[in-house]
Amino acid sequence: MNTIQQIANEPGTKRDPEEKHDGVPAVAVKDLDKSFGAQKVLNGVSLSVQRGETLAILGRSGTGKSVTLRIVIGLEKPDSGSVHIQGQEITHLTLDELGDIRKKMGFLFQHAALYDSLNVEQNVAFPLVHHKREMSKSEQADRVRQLLAEVGMEGALAKMPSDLSGGMQKRVGLARALALEPEILLLDEPTAGLDPISSGEIDELVLKLQQEHQMASIVVTHDLHSAKTIANRLALLDKGKVVIDGTYDELEKSDIEFVREFLKYS
Amino acid sequence: MSSNAALSDGLMGGFFEWFGDLGIFFWRVLRAAVRPPFEFRELFLQLDEIGSKSLPLVALAGAATGVVLSMEARYSLTRFGAKSLLPAAIVFSVIHETGPIITGLVVSGRVGAGIGAELASMKVTEQIDAIEASAVNPYRLLAATRILACILMLPLLTLASDACGVVAGWFAQALVEPLSFHQFINSGFKGADFNDFLPPTFKTAMFGFIIGLIASFQGMRTQGGAEGVGRAATSSVVLSSLFVILADVVLVKIILIFFP
Repeated sequence: MNTIQQIANEPGTKRDPEEKHDGVPAVAVKDLDKSFGAQKVLNGVSLSVQRGETLAILGRSGTGKSVTLRIVIGLEKPDSGSVHIQGQEITHLTLDELGDIRKKMGFLFQHAALYDSLNVEQNVAFPLVHHKREMSKSEQADRVRQLLAEVGMEGALAKMPSDLSGGMQKRVGLARALALEPEILLLDEPTAGLDPISSGEIDELVLKLQQEHQMASIVVTHDLHSAKTIANRLALLDKGKVVIDGTYDELEKSDIEFVREFLKYS
Repeated sequence: MSSNAALSDGLMGGFFEWFGDLGIFFWRVLRAAVRPPFEFRELFLQLDEIGSKSLPLVALAGAATGVVLSMEARYSLTRFGAKSLLPAAIVFSVIHETGPIITGLVVSGRVGAGIGAELASMKVTEQIDAIEASAVNPYRLLAATRILACILMLPLLTLASDACGVVAGWFAQALVEPLSFHQFINSGFKGADFNDFLPPTFKTAMFGFIIGLIASFQGMRTQGGAEGVGRAATSSVVLSSLFVILADVVLVKIILIFFP
């Protein structure tokens, strides 16, 4: 069985924390506007995340958190504003051009979005089958086992997604998101709908992966406890705008009415 | 009166918007389909799903059509004193029209609903987004493979349907009046050439294109939950069947012009 340490020590898996990136943010969004019909969802959102940093985007339901994440990976186009991934503007790229950028990113969907016609092994292997064609089948199978061991799901290789609980599906989704060794990890409500123990386990897992792989991460959540555990920085959204962007301590010291209210009820 | 005009404008607007979106969808699929990497594995899966698994239904429909044609034609031709033309009437009817159109409609029912519901379900559960987020082009992986599989399999399924229709037509005929299969085929295909056979068979490739395109489009543009999936499956069948029939009218005219 492969431990997390063994996987992290493999060449190309663990990154040098001292590696220079010339201060270019891993993700930088600026002045994002997005409307769906008459409803304005984002109204001038600007955020950035550096390599090795985790940003949690918090806010009430329907404030545009998930839309921001979908814009970052190119699943939605903003009405205006820019999205830079490692310095490259992506809002005008075609689907195929976006492919090269997306290979650097891993995305965990709110409901995991596992392919229901494929078993766990095939789900995790999906990015490898399509982008690591130079890998032999046995190398792909080994990598899938490594990834599943990393998320504690090594015994579920042959199971179908419908046989898994919500927490297990998210673990498998996380393994799939890590398959191409992404430099940027995007997590949409990783603990939503999970019991407290499963939520805590997912938080610990994300934190551990984050420390091992030194990725830039954006986590969308309305679970303040989870955000506090896994993020270096928190951004609070309200009515499509960033109300505050700072550490948890800065949020606690804030005099902004909405921030105080959010902390009070969280 | 003004509300009727507004309703009419709305329907027309919706109709043109649907066509515009379909055109954009087709352009995206075409661009994705001609560029590598080619998804051969998914294509073979779809050839099996669309071709092999439709075969029993298509064969049965073809055979039933052959029996009905035999009974109807026998009655009509006997009435007009042309009973000797019965084998030719059955063979030509099956090969020229009933085989292709029955195959098109049966496949649009089975495959159109299947593709529409499958892709719609993937869409509402974010599986298509997950494919895209994995840097895989869903137009190439999901739509192009299904459309191409429909195009390739429809003519082959039509051949199977034709064969079953002719054999069943002979069988129905032989039950009433003893006639060997050899005699039936000789008489039925007398005077026939490839122009009678190839254009009607290959026109079903266009039916396949219509079924694959419309079902993929309706599935991948679905919104909403289970209700959206149901709507996508229904609209895939209704629209693909309708356009198969309309295309048949145009294609028959074209075939009659170029292969008189």
